[in-house]
Amino acid sequence: MHAEGLRKRFDRNWALDGFDLSVPAGTVCGLLGPNGAGKTTAVRILATLLRLDGGRAEVAGHDVVREAPAVRRQVALNGQQSTVDDVLTGKENLIMWGRLYHLSQRQAAARADELLEQFGLTDAAGKRAKHYSGGMRRRLDLASSFVMRPSVLFLDEPTTGLDPRNRGEVWREVKRVVAEGTTVLLTTQYLDEADQLADQIVVMDTGRVAAQGTPEGLKSQLGGDRIEVVVRDAGELPVVADVLGPHAEVDPDAFRVSAAVADRVAALTRVTSALAAKGVEAEDIALRRPTLDEVFLAITGHRATSEVRA
Amino acid sequence: MRYAVVDSWVVAKRDLIHWVREPVRVFANLAYPVISVLIFGLVFGSAMNVFGGGDYIEFLMPGMFGQTIAFGVATTMMTVSMDADRGVTDRFRASPMSQTGVVAGRSIADLVNSSLELLVLTLCGLVIGWSFHDGLLNALLAFALFLWLRFALVWMGVYLGLLVKPEAAQASWMFLFPLTMFANTFVSPELMPGWLRVVAEWNPLSSTVAAARELFGNPGVGGDSWAAQNSLLLAVLWPAVFVAIFWPLSVLKYRDLSR
Repeated sequence: MHAEGLRKRFDRNWALDGFDLSVPAGTVCGLLGPNGAGKTTAVRILATLLRLDGGRAEVAGHDVVREAPAVRRQVALNGQQSTVDDVLTGKENLIMWGRLYHLSQRQAAARADELLEQFGLTDAAGKRAKHYSGGMRRRLDLASSFVMRPSVLFLDEPTTGLDPRNRGEVWREVKRVVAEGTTVLLTTQYLDEADQLADQIVVMDTGRVAAQGTPEGLKSQLGGDRIEVVVRDAGELPVVADVLGPHAEVDPDAFRVSAAVADRVAALTRVTSALAAKGVEAEDIALRRPTLDEVFLAITGHRATSEVRA
Repeated sequence: MRYAVVDSWVVAKRDLIHWVREPVRVFANLAYPVISVLIFGLVFGSAMNVFGGGDYIEFLMPGMFGQTIAFGVATTMMTVSMDADRGVTDRFRASPMSQTGVVAGRSIADLVNSSLELLVLTLCGLVIGWSFHDGLLNALLAFALFLWLRFALVWMGVYLGLLVKPEAAQASWMFLFPLTMFANTFVSPELMPGWLRVVAEWNPLSSTVAAARELFGNPGVGGDSWAAQNSLLLAVLWPAVFVAIFWPLSVLKYRDLSR
């Protein structure tokens, strides 16, 4: 999947303003960004649902504008909402999609059985989808995208609104299909989701790429590790902040102060002895990698829109 | 082309399964016309006059068929607008299925559904004393005219359904209700005040209903206006005009989704 200088205008606003993307086959690219950054627009263009106002894009070896029908045979789209048909049973849902992808009735039924097995839905195959749990519906929705074993899968916020256990189930399925060779473009507001699934992360802001790299790479761009000190008494927070230096971040609710550090062990030693010298008794001192939340904040200047985390 | 047929059947089957499994919706749709037949036919019926004379129930039934058909536009709007809202339409568009199949499937399902409604209403009418008097062939022709109008309304419903959100589609009742009453459905236009009479006479629904009365041999046929005199012609033409307007509009609107 390859896109260059994508531009898309809605009325006067450029939803995409020179967006570039390159995703090697068989990898997962996580598209991150606040609401309105252009994530969904980018996905819709690559899935041939929206026309371009500028730039060009190739998906699965075909141009999304000139060869849209060829692209459609190779991609599957899983939107923010579930397109599962509540009244049909799980198996009927899958057969319907099989038929719409032009399998014969017998092929569609056979493929439906395979998918139900793979996605752990065999026991619920004959039940109407409205009796499914949230995670089961999501898996059924995913399964319906896999009827044709697409070479590219677009997942637009696949776990929005799911509880942690169900999110875990969906992640497992996504990892499984990637292992079978599918390329995935995933948009999400959950940073831990991108951290879990993506080989490569693209952070979008106002229609452009704000930063990109591997999850690890992005984290180390931020000055690498952070040191965190938790105290028992809120009155000691300013003292600790003073020790950690001018860029220390104070979280009064968690009784915690944190700061980026260059040299892990030296910093730990220095902070421990400085705190001892000032008579501060720390509840906990720890070194850790930055979270993607912090990366996001540093790159875009604001937090990820959704604060919900698993 | 072969795929267009398969695709439309798959889409139609989905809707038909919905109706079979959730008969509550079908009953809800049927309850209104059946209750109306009872209220207007048996309760108000004795106080109603048919212009030119004749039994009111005989006059009413073709009007009820017409109103039921006209309400069908709301059913189409709802389904189309819900599919668009839930992202089902997007998935159809991102799949290799034929785009004709989506609408053709919708037409098949809606026509089957409306035929069922006509059947139930017919039985209901026969029970309370309505009948057709000019032979079975003419009666079937009359039903064909109703379904021709319904087909035209599928296209109107597809266009409007793509235009509005499901909530608005639900509210379309408020407009449909008076539109189906400012017609010859329940009362002869001749008994209405001047301006309303003109509206009622030229209402496309009136043409189909008047043509059906003629074909059924029911009373209330005729009138001075050109529209009333040529109801059979108009009953064929009006739906054709709707198709000519809303077919291209729907196709454009569908393409517009990718703007």
